[in-house]
Amino acid sequence: MPESQAIQPHFAFLAAVETRSGESVSRCYQCRKCTNGCPLNFAMDVMPNQVMRMVQLGLEDEVLRSKTIWLCASCQTCTTRCPNDIDIAHLMDSLRQLSREAGVAAEQKIVKFHDAFLDSVRRHGRLFELGMVGQYKLTSLDLFSGTKTGIGLLKRGKLKFLPPGIKGKREIRDMFKKKKETQ
Amino acid sequence: MEVSYYPGCSLHGMAGEYDESIQSVCRTLDVALKELPDWNCCGASSAHFVDDALAVRLTARNMAIAERAGRELLVPCAACFQRLKHADKELKEDAAHWIDEPYEGRAEIYHVNDFFDRPELLDIIKQKVTMSLAGLAVVPYYGCLSQRPPKVTDAEQPENPISMDRLLRAIGVEVRPWSYKTDCCGASLTLTRPDLVRKLSGSLFEAAGEAGAECVVTDCPLCQSNLDTLQAEIQAERGASCHLPVFYVTELMALAFGDGQTTRWWKKHFVDPTPLLQEKGLLHVCR
Ligand code: SF4
Ligand code: SF4
Repeated sequence: MPESQAIQPHFAFLAAVETRSGESVSRCYQCRKCTNGCPLNFAMDVMPNQVMRMVQLGLEDEVLRSKTIWLCASCQTCTTRCPNDIDIAHLMDSLRQLSREAGVAAEQKIVKFHDAFLDSVRRHGRLFELGMVGQYKLTSLDLFSGTKTGIGLLKRGKLKFLPPGIKGKREIRDMFKKKKETQ
Repeated sequence: MEVSYYPGCSLHGMAGEYDESIQSVCRTLDVALKELPDWNCCGASSAHFVDDALAVRLTARNMAIAERAGRELLVPCAACFQRLKHADKELKEDAAHWIDEPYEGRAEIYHVNDFFDRPELLDIIKQKVTMSLAGLAVVPYYGCLSQRPPKVTDAEQPENPISMDRLLRAIGVEVRPWSYKTDCCGASLTLTRPDLVRKLSGSLFEAAGEAGAECVVTDCPLCQSNLDTLQAEIQAERGASCHLPVFYVTELMALAFGDGQTTRWWKKHFVDPTPLLQEKGLLHVCR
């Protein structure tokens, strides 16, 4: 058995996460309420309460490379129940952002999906579903899944072929141009 | 009564029957819907994934338009509702940071269930029923974002909401108790991780079946789409037979009010509700 290694906490990561999110991760006392109520916990590689502990300890790489931060569906159950009033779902947003910025996002399909969604909004001011799905399929190379559902949607006339448009399109583009800022 | 209306992208897209059924119900109840002029996408579940500030900017523009209109704001999509509520709170705190006009928060934001579940409307709803849906056993499914987190949504009972229960009872429906009212269906993971959505939605169907429900009723377009479009695959994967139509609450209200358009909406469903409605004698309004 290898000897267990002591983790050297490094607080720079904790500080960076707390600054980005405005959430006090330090308050977490590991009650595990977040994990117990998380509907996606069965698919996660690190449990939500473990993410909190790992941030406290400065395990930056492990957190930012985890699948967990991408599989979180933003259902807000943890945020609603945390006895320390930590907005964990919002923290997951911040960790996803940091993960992308570090270039280590584990679930690339999910990254591509949200990019396709936002590209569509940037272009049209509203979501163009068919265009978004097309871009997602091409960029993620996830070409053939969901074909049956797609055909079903077309047959029922649920997908529009023409993109929507709004007068304030320019305003929307400007919003996307503004430099990223944290709240 | 006049209210501002923010349909959002899904009601102008895949959830067209939700939009039409809301319009139908509002006509019956004498509620005039005034669509927010030139509204834009709220960014839904994507903007906050990528950039917190962008998420607020996108929604703040809509809330500024709603403020100018000065009426209550009806927002049928749960994701839009939650994002707009979030923007409303940010704007009340520091409007100048986000928009170039004053903001008091004059447009109170309502989600569908809570909008109709008010004493004066409930009375009218009961009066307008021309075909009671008695004998139809349903489970009310609220999903996540119309309720959580309560500090954003102002939900009174986020773990056990009851507004849709009351609406359904008002049109005669038999509401079955179950403990999955606000469990997650998998939300926006549909395209990227359908395996996970099938698992979560599959548990919901199992629970709905155990509760003795013949159909599921929701007021969230994403939940409706996940539960309806993936049901055949879930069935194949689990080897269980489930055939549970998934209705929007306003579709059932319009049906109870005798709107003949309903038959058109049923054709948009993946799980065809006509056999169930036929069996219950609830199809006779097709004109
Ligand atoms: S619920 Fe809150 S305090 Fe409890 S483990 Fe999760 S984050 Fe920590
Ligand atoms: S918001 Fe994310 S981490 Fe929290 S309970 Fe939901 S899926 Fe789990």
